[in-house]
Amino acid sequence: MNQNTSFKRYLKMDLLPTPWCPGCGNGIVLKTICQAFDELNLPKNGTVVVSGIGCSGRSAGYFDLDSVHTAHGRAIPVAEGIKYAIDALNVIVASGDGDLLGIGGNHLLHAIRRNTNITVVCYANETYGMTGGQVSPTTPHNIKTLTTPNGNPDYPLDVQFLFKHSGCYFARSTVYHLNHLKKCIVEALKFQGFSFVEARTMCIVNYGRRLGYKNSNEMLLHYKEFYKINDDAGELAPNEIGIIKTNTLIKS
Amino acid sequence: MKEMLTGNAAAAWGVRLADVDYLPTYPITPQTEIIETLARWICDGVMDATFVTLDSEHSMITAAGAASATGVRVFTATSSQGLLYGFEMLYTVAGWRVPLVMVNVSRALSSPITLEADHNDILATRDSGFLQIHCETCQEVLDSILIAYRLAEDKRVLLPVLVNMDGFLLSFTREPVEIPDIKDVKRFLPPYQPEHAFFKASQPMAQGVAALGGPVYSYFKYQMHLASMNALDVYKEVSGEFGKIFGRKYDTVDGCMMDDAVCVLVMTNSFSTLGKAAVMKARAKGIKAGLLRLRVLRPFPEADIRGAIKMTRAVAVLDQNVSVGKGGILYSEISSALYHEKERPLLLSFIGGLGGKNISSEEFEFIFDAMIHAVDTGKVPAPRLLYTEEEWKQMEGLKKMAGKQ
Repeated sequence: MNQNTSFKRYLKMDLLPTPWCPGCGNGIVLKTICQAFDELNLPKNGTVVVSGIGCSGRSAGYFDLDSVHTAHGRAIPVAEGIKYAIDALNVIVASGDGDLLGIGGNHLLHAIRRNTNITVVCYANETYGMTGGQVSPTTPHNIKTLTTPNGNPDYPLDVQFLFKHSGCYFARSTVYHLNHLKKCIVEALKFQGFSFVEARTMCIVNYGRRLGYKNSNEMLLHYKEFYKINDDAGELAPNEIGIIKTNTLIKS
Repeated sequence: MKEMLTGNAAAAWGVRLADVDYLPTYPITPQTEIIETLARWICDGVMDATFVTLDSEHSMITAAGAASATGVRVFTATSSQGLLYGFEMLYTVAGWRVPLVMVNVSRALSSPITLEADHNDILATRDSGFLQIHCETCQEVLDSILIAYRLAEDKRVLLPVLVNMDGFLLSFTREPVEIPDIKDVKRFLPPYQPEHAFFKASQPMAQGVAALGGPVYSYFKYQMHLASMNALDVYKEVSGEFGKIFGRKYDTVDGCMMDDAVCVLVMTNSFSTLGKAAVMKARAKGIKAGLLRLRVLRPFPEADIRGAIKMTRAVAVLDQNVSVGKGGILYSEISSALYHEKERPLLLSFIGGLGGKNISSEEFEFIFDAMIHAVDTGKVPAPRLLYTEEEWKQMEGLKKMAGKQ
């Protein structure tokens, strides 16, 4: 296990602990992003983090970097505005799946189309956690939430397919697979163009416990048992995590 | 049947009793409890309606307006940023002249980001064509939704209605609420029979068409204005009928100790309860104090307001909003209502409770003292922000932390 703590220089340590519930996976994503920054030795005066609304939206303020906590769904256009103004900056979006894929979904489509050179780390917990656990665009079919007490009638969005033949970078990992998650983020940061990391993370308080998980650790162990690493896939199966390799842009 | 209900639960009860057909929804704090309650009832089979979760407030208000245009009864609810995100569609839906009823749970606007109540969100929509009813109590929230459907669906009006309550202070506060008997509700609010705006396969109708060139546009826009003005009389008729059936009377304005009042505080929404307590306190000190709460804000009940305050000596408008670069929004509106009166009270402006900031009894006392001083000297003080010394000290501390002192 890597005991190197130099990643802490990217965090406002005096603000810790974070506001997230006990057992929440968001802190792991936050830490792993910082470890990826540390590995690449990103300059603190040349790196900006942008968050939208939701639990993970609170991330931005915990980075000891320039940061923006913006309106619901608007993290990507804020990041693009910064990147297009000052190209030399490393611009990273750290926000949730409800924010990025739901109310902000249109911005994601067009950032992919423009292939803007920014990195998005998406905290994917399958629910609107901050408002208490309602159905979100990534909640699986039939799952019971506060707004779907009889089960979700809709099907979730599988974000990887938005990236097909886009020429952009897409990776999926989980908060159990720490080294893999870090690798996915490091590769994303190194990628010249639009890169997106779907980081599966657990919300025990407003989601997992209603699914029958006894505690956060059970959710974490589910990630361990369920997901297999496939870093060479053209497309990830539901139980696979990895970096999509054959994401070539098809030009007509 | 009397139950302890939050403002949100009271709103849900209003919707359930109104026998709404379609509910497009999207969660936002502090509104979410309304849609969660309705989702639960629909799943339990106690309510028969179609419940759909949309991807944003913009699509939610669009779907709500469109469904309403097909001739069914529709409800939706939002708050703050959500209301502003769907803002474009508020004007559009009002222009469609459909009787949508929507609840806004007031919450101050970004940025800075916050969750607590003030009225910049709802007042941003005041020119959209939506009628506005502002509530002080949970009971009023429930009753206002029933009144709102009657008002919106009346063919002399045909405009959507926003029912407003304060986030947290009312949305999450339990109060005893009388839940009306469904038989009485059916008597007051029969099923919606669309006569004008509805879709019917055999009679195609184009909605929302372009009207290029000023005259056609002007005609339709002013028609909306006239319909909204009609709504004042219709409101009185409808609320009168509501009073007869349910025994609760809701005028366009709600006066407290107004009969012989000399110094009057004008407010809206749930903080009025604190204002009324301050009036009692002032009365105990021998001040002839009163409070006028504005309940219907659109259409603006100008004559009722004028009638209530024109003979008083001083009126202080307490705005829980700020039109940046102008000041309190209601202060401007009350000023215009009094302009043509030969004898009119001195008019003072206070801005308070922004971002849910408390208004203490000392601050209310300060307002009454300012009114008395104005009456004594004949001079009106400049508009003021209510901010206590302790709050100022706290802010200074924060500025110091940020290295901005």
